Amino acid sequence: MTHFVPHDDFRSWGNVLQVPHAVARPSWRDQLANTISTGRQQGLPLLATGLRRSYGDSILNPAGGMIDMAGLDRIIHFDPDRRLLRAEAGLPLDVLLKLFVRQGFFPPVTPGTCYVTLGGAVANDVHGKNHHVNGTFGRWVRRLGLLRSSGEELELSPTEHPDLFAATIGGLGLTGLITWVEIELIPIKSAMMDVENIPFEGLDAFFDLAKKSEENFDYTVSWIDCLAAGASLGRGIFSRGNHSASGSPLPDRGNTRFNMPINVPQIAMNRHAINAFNALYFWNGKRKSGGARVGLHPFFYPLDTIGRWNRLYGKKGMYQYQSVVPPAVQHDATKEMLAAISASGQGSFLAVLKTFGASVSPGLLSFPMEGTTLALDFPNRGDDTLRLMARLDAIVLAAGGRLYPAKDGRMPAQMFQAGYPAWQAFSKHVDSGFSSLFWQRVSQM
Amino acid sequence: MRVIILGATSAIAACTARLYAKEGASLLLVGRDENRLSQMAADLKARGAERVEIAINDLASETDVVARLSAFVDQLGGVDHVLLAYGILGDQSAAERDLASAEEILRVNFNSAAAWSLAAASVLEQQGRGSLVVIGSVAGDRGRRANFIYGAAKAGLETLIEGIAHRFADKGPRAVLIKPGPTITPMTDGMNRKGLLWATPETIAAITHARAYRGSSIAYAPGFWRYIMLIIRNLPGAIFNRMDI
Repeated sequence: MTHFVPHDDFRSWGNVLQVPHAVARPSWRDQLANTISTGRQQGLPLLATGLRRSYGDSILNPAGGMIDMAGLDRIIHFDPDRRLLRAEAGLPLDVLLKLFVRQGFFPPVTPGTCYVTLGGAVANDVHGKNHHVNGTFGRWVRRLGLLRSSGEELELSPTEHPDLFAATIGGLGLTGLITWVEIELIPIKSAMMDVENIPFEGLDAFFDLAKKSEENFDYTVSWIDCLAAGASLGRGIFSRGNHSASGSPLPDRGNTRFNMPINVPQIAMNRHAINAFNALYFWNGKRKSGGARVGLHPFFYPLDTIGRWNRLYGKKGMYQYQSVVPPAVQHDATKEMLAAISASGQGSFLAVLKTFGASVSPGLLSFPMEGTTLALDFPNRGDDTLRLMARLDAIVLAAGGRLYPAKDGRMPAQMFQAGYPAWQAFSKHVDSGFSSLFWQRVSQM
Repeated sequence: MRVIILGATSAIAACTARLYAKEGASLLLVGRDENRLSQMAADLKARGAERVEIAINDLASETDVVARLSAFVDQLGGVDHVLLAYGILGDQSAAERDLASAEEILRVNFNSAAAWSLAAASVLEQQGRGSLVVIGSVAGDRGRRANFIYGAAKAGLETLIEGIAHRFADKGPRAVLIKPGPTITPMTDGMNRKGLLWATPETIAAITHARAYRGSSIAYAPGFWRYIMLIIRNLPGAIFNRMDI
């Protein structure tokens, strides 16, 4: 419906901030204008949400109104010859996979979860394991519908309203309500992946592998043991793959098999448990290294197997820290960050390292840039965790890098503004009827 | 599989239509809003439906139900399942003050639904096969102050569908009443929808779709409502009347 109803269980994925929200749940495109005007009449700054996989406060807006777009998940048109899919902004990627993989099409870019909507993928200009080949999601967006709070309904493309288009790609939903998205899919020959997993013993080996793999592999990513210290610092498992040229055209089921029923008490996520997990994971990966043919879900979305896995981090939730640093300093800055994390004893089993290619992101606030990105989860241990992240901020800032807003719930305004020099140009395109907790924080002068 | 959906834009119907689309069925979507029906049709085709037709009709006000239904069957080229899924919750307190709005609740949820059900029953009986699936409600099981006018209409509908099922018993076709508990749909938006008793329209749709093919003539959705309502129906009035449910 088009009115806003209070909800006290509205959370982002990190679950750190637990505050009530007013939420509207429209089901049809013709209701959206009314939803927006209802919000405006009540003086609520608005923000859209989809499947709420953003970790921090970029999808929170407690002083305003949330527009839950989950009900707008219809496919509008598909042109198989030009591989163009137009769908409402709430269409989840997992549905896209179920419908189009069997027809030989795949999203050009996919993040590490299939539980994201098209609108969310645009608003965060998401990236995936193939950044060095296909760049970001936004590069494949051909058109989109944007409803401004003035009631104006616009069609944006790289050539129509190009400035507003560039602001909307990666624009965190702040330029208005994304109502539909048209993206170009890529062709695939099967629903299988040819994958190789290679253990490595340190950062030198990682960068070496990354360089060698980028030419012949469309997808690369690494898991690293962020608690390993000394000689083992930066050890991990490098994973690379391509879509198989033959094999089953039918997607693996990939359904979530298990839901975390409760929040795990934080005491279970202590240093020793994570250390033990990481060591086991590394040695197991080493034992099973080599090539294999696997389905799409185990390669792209391993974490989706466990529904609501964020509950592993307990009632207080978790932070994710995802940075990117430029090529010239990527080795030293990454080493310094890993050393700081290892020394702090805080860390997680979900640490991911990946090199980004030179492709220029189309959005004014797009996160990816050439260099190396490191993503880590930290259980929320209050000040200790914030202090560690402040320490990491200093390293990223000195390296000329930046942090990913979709993952962030705490970066200081100056960190954001230093990392995103286009932010002031972007702010001119922000719809005055839209806002988020994140934006209120990072746009302060 | 050819399916006529009366009230196709309702949340439960829309989710059920996707399950039919997935198995490659042909669908006729009937409702008032042409724009929304067209949007649904495009989506269902992309989701695997062999053919999707739409028909614009104000089902609650149709005066020649028999002729219209026959036109629907022709448009689809025959029919295997008829799903009736429209209804209004109404405003109970307004309906207690104003008889006209009470009659509106009864007319939409019972009189008109009964007419379509009876017309569909004749079509299915004549062809000797097919399913009539109607969305009722647990609210029909016992009158409660919160929604007893709506509940009375749904109770009437249950008796009617039970009777049609009985009439079909030795003839081939099937009639099923689905009785959802509280469901997270636009109809209940604004209510406090927390807790384990609230179901998603996808859950209700899965039961509706399965029951269209097999099962007994009354289906609670989800199934646990059968036991809850068994207790509620059998509470002595002296206790029930003191409860705020």
